Amino acid sequence: MPKTTAYQATIEHISILDEHANFDAELGEGVMTDEQALHLYEHMVNCRELDEVAFKLQRSGRMGTYPQNKGQEAAAVGVALALEKGKDWIVPSYRENAALFMHGLPMHYILMYWMGDERGSKMPEGVNVTPLSVPIGTHMLHATGIAWAEKLRKSDGVAATFFGDGATSEGDFHEAMNFASTLKVGVVFIGQNNGWAISVPRSKQMNSETLCQKALAYGMPTVRVDGNDIYAVHYAAKEAVKRARAGEGPTFIECVTYRLGDHTTADDARRYRDEAEVEAWRNRDPILRVRKYLTAKGSWDDARDEALKAKAKKIVAEVVDAAINVTPPETTDFFDDMYQSLPEDLRKQRETMRTSSLGQNPDQVGLKADTAAVEGR
Amino acid sequence: MATLNLVQSITLTLQQAMQADERVILLGEDVGLNGGVFRVTDGLQAQFGEDRVVDTPLAESGIIGTAIGLAINGMRPIPEIQYEGFLGPAYDQIVNHAARYRNRTRGAIPVPLTIRVPVGGGIHAPELHSDSPETIYTHSPGIKVVYPTTPSDAKGLLTAAIRDPDPVIFFEPKKVYRSFREEVSEDDYEIEIGKAKVVNEGSDLTIVTWGASLFECLGAMDNAPDDADIELIDLRTIYPLDIDTIAESVEKTGRCIVVHEAPLTGGMGAEISARIQERCFLHLEAPVQRVTGFDTIMPFYKLENEYLVDAKRIGSAIAETLAY
Repeated sequence: MPKTTAYQATIEHISILDEHANFDAELGEGVMTDEQALHLYEHMVNCRELDEVAFKLQRSGRMGTYPQNKGQEAAAVGVALALEKGKDWIVPSYRENAALFMHGLPMHYILMYWMGDERGSKMPEGVNVTPLSVPIGTHMLHATGIAWAEKLRKSDGVAATFFGDGATSEGDFHEAMNFASTLKVGVVFIGQNNGWAISVPRSKQMNSETLCQKALAYGMPTVRVDGNDIYAVHYAAKEAVKRARAGEGPTFIECVTYRLGDHTTADDARRYRDEAEVEAWRNRDPILRVRKYLTAKGSWDDARDEALKAKAKKIVAEVVDAAINVTPPETTDFFDDMYQSLPEDLRKQRETMRTSSLGQNPDQVGLKADTAAVEGR
Repeated sequence: MATLNLVQSITLTLQQAMQADERVILLGEDVGLNGGVFRVTDGLQAQFGEDRVVDTPLAESGIIGTAIGLAINGMRPIPEIQYEGFLGPAYDQIVNHAARYRNRTRGAIPVPLTIRVPVGGGIHAPELHSDSPETIYTHSPGIKVVYPTTPSDAKGLLTAAIRDPDPVIFFEPKKVYRSFREEVSEDDYEIEIGKAKVVNEGSDLTIVTWGASLFECLGAMDNAPDDADIELIDLRTIYPLDIDTIAESVEKTGRCIVVHEAPLTGGMGAEISARIQERCFLHLEAPVQRVTGFDTIMPFYKLENEYLVDAKRIGSAIAETLAY
């Protein structure tokens, strides 16, 4: 018998607005209005301003470790625009702030979170956003489960989940992709391929040239886009959301991008990345090209840009104030939401946390905690 | 009333829960058409359909991770992990997500799910099919750990677990699955999670145990001297620990033995002993004894009975503690 082809596939790459602000009129036709593009532009500018200020807050000791989003804003906003606020879900990693803000997360919550205040993850009613996910590549399973619940309820909400190239090495990524595809549930997987998992480059992370190839393994539609191009991202996201809403299952979108900052404020990317590489990507900044394109088109101008940036500074200054001046958490805050109602033993630990020595049961026979001394502090 | 074994009682409970609440779904490996490897979900897919009794891909982390997503989005999933030895791949999802989600979001996003897991030795199974990992999850704040022994307790506790707003691991002692039957009410009832049961009242010695070891304790009590008046407590829930019932008993008897299948070091016996010395120090007539599994890997089944606690070892502990 002759050999036959058992399987064959091609992976499309989409770019609409390139780094020189050239716009592909054919592919870009009807992707979004200039008004929508400006809306995304404004969110990217605000997010970038927050990023720069957050960096300074960390360096001046007013905030803990912070991961800058700088350079990766396009994927966040391009996807967020394709989702319906309050109906669809966003299941983020930690470099998609702009998407969360677009879907109703108050901006100062993100600063509270990185300032060590867990109330920053207390999602307001109606904000369908899960908290930032610290363990890499484990949260995509939650997106699959969330979308599965939509299907079971015969509702057409969609779950979009973001993660990096390194996360696609984790087992849970593959389980989430396989479950979603097999169960045919409405998830949009957004792999932000920024080329680096902290210090490990894509070439040491995997022998796959693209992340998209991994989607092929699960029989999932996939597309690779210029992740710094809001038009290309939105083009792919719209298609994916449409497919998910129609009950046709998940899609994997690979956004090729770059983080212009360090992994976090605790990292120094100069240890592993060439300055020339970073410089090349600075020219591909997702924000610059939108401004250039819309200005050339006459839909935007320098005066309005200055006003927008001044407004961003004002917004972020207010956000910083809100985060810094938030009422401090009660000292018992970390007990209260362990369970809906605290078990008796835990309630006792909560009540005696400052009046009983560590590990000492307040009921301990023959011992009495010296509460007077503690109260006198 | 029906006379049911543990498997049948759990099946009935799941069936009633699914009838009462359409948010309840079952998912796991082989739980559908095959009815689960222990047949606990037998017939449920035929009754409720493939959407509500779901044969998932073979991936434990995927089962628990997607169940978390289901729970976040309003469902009441009951995932089954086939054997306790296969909880390992799902550990990260259980401990780092399910257990933490309510706290992480300061109450905004609770994760109500019940993870069913056959547990323990005594059925001549292969490696990783006979372990007792309950303490691992007891030491992971945010989860409740339930471990019933009898069919009627299992029904009330499983009903309570399914309705609980927080994640529960529900361990089912496989040695007991078909070992005996008892009357089980078909009515809707709950047994409060975190409440132990005094199986036998006594005044000389307290034995605290759970799971299949309960029957070894009963055997040892049968062989104990006639004048030994032993109080036997079935813990039923490992976390939250019902220390009040234990302390009340030990204050009365002054002597206590904790019996469990799991290894000695860092086991629940250690925690219970510590709590007893905190609460009952002046009442104690003898050191608290532990009769447990050894700090070894659970052996294959040729030596399984050498590992498992039995009436003889418990009998020695009873004699020593009473004579102290």
